[in-house]
Amino acid sequence: MGAVTKARPIRKPRDRRPRYQAFFALALNAWIPSWFKGGIFQGGIKGVCVPALNCYSCPSAMGACPIGAMQTFFGGLRFNLSVAQKKFGLYVAGLLATVGSAVGRMPCGWICPFGFFQELVHKVPSPKIKIPHFLTYFRYVVLATTVVALPLLIVDQFGYGQTWFCKWICPAGTLEAGIPLMLIKADLRPLIGFMYYWKLGLLALFLVWFVISRRPFCRTVCPLGAFWGLFNKASLFRMAVDDEKCTLCDKCTKDCPVEISIYKSANSPDCVRCLKCVSSCKFGAISYEFLGKKEVAVDLRVKKPA
Amino acid sequence: MKRRLPWILLALSIAVMTAGLLFGEYRTVLEKAITVCLDCIGIG
Repeated sequence: MGAVTKARPIRKPRDRRPRYQAFFALALNAWIPSWFKGGIFQGGIKGVCVPALNCYSCPSAMGACPIGAMQTFFGGLRFNLSVAQKKFGLYVAGLLATVGSAVGRMPCGWICPFGFFQELVHKVPSPKIKIPHFLTYFRYVVLATTVVALPLLIVDQFGYGQTWFCKWICPAGTLEAGIPLMLIKADLRPLIGFMYYWKLGLLALFLVWFVISRRPFCRTVCPLGAFWGLFNKASLFRMAVDDEKCTLCDKCTKDCPVEISIYKSANSPDCVRCLKCVSSCKFGAISYEFLGKKEVAVDLRVKKPA
Repeated sequence: MKRRLPWILLALSIAVMTAGLLFGEYRTVLEKAITVCLDCIGIG
């Protein structure tokens, strides 16, 4: 008769990601004095594009939004105007591609304050609705039109393009800059008009969607996520699923903040590489690899067969 | 080739970023970023 062992209390692996998300949200918006001065941070480091959708007109934003910066380059790229700039946005595109080819969409899952905000709002109790997969392709339309084509092709009376995504869509700008600046800068309030109410209404609609669906903005609208998603299959950081260990229990899909089934496509462009699936898989079937180093998190509650 | 692709992409990306920095694009981003973006806040 074998020795009887006492059952030990099991410690569930702790998800540390929200701490990182909170840290980065604060770090990217750390210049608190601006809130009291009634302006925005204007330090020399603000030309650094942050790896997240974080509006540079947020009073305390420490860096530049790459999507806003990209539209500025495309909007100002004119060869027929003597005063226009002849700059292609190589700095921003190169920086985004550097991040993308290193880790793919990982900043969406760990750094982006707006992604973190959506995850927090989704905790509000309510009936939850899944997002149909075909809607996820809309983010490529947003990237191709509002960030690239429209700023390049449609010009105002002065011959320049506009920042179409920032102007007509971006709810992060309304939340992080539009509302705070109206609260702290009284001289801007008389300028409130149709556009402000349009963006406020859009933000309200998104807020409702955040409550009922998981990270809907990231999955269906965000042009930054669309761009980085293109690198997921070719980045240094890679996800992998061991088909022999996977039992298709679908626990990873249930825990996934973007509701993907990683066993169907390990490096899907939709994956934000939060690694929640790695820790939620009881069978150690999901792993990730970076610079030749492979990591697998195995839940010790599951005993290996003898 | 499959294992080399990420490294090639990374090298190209860094080269593109460096070219942008050499063309003075950091200054352009900085000038935009330190000015309140009226489009972003909904009064543009």
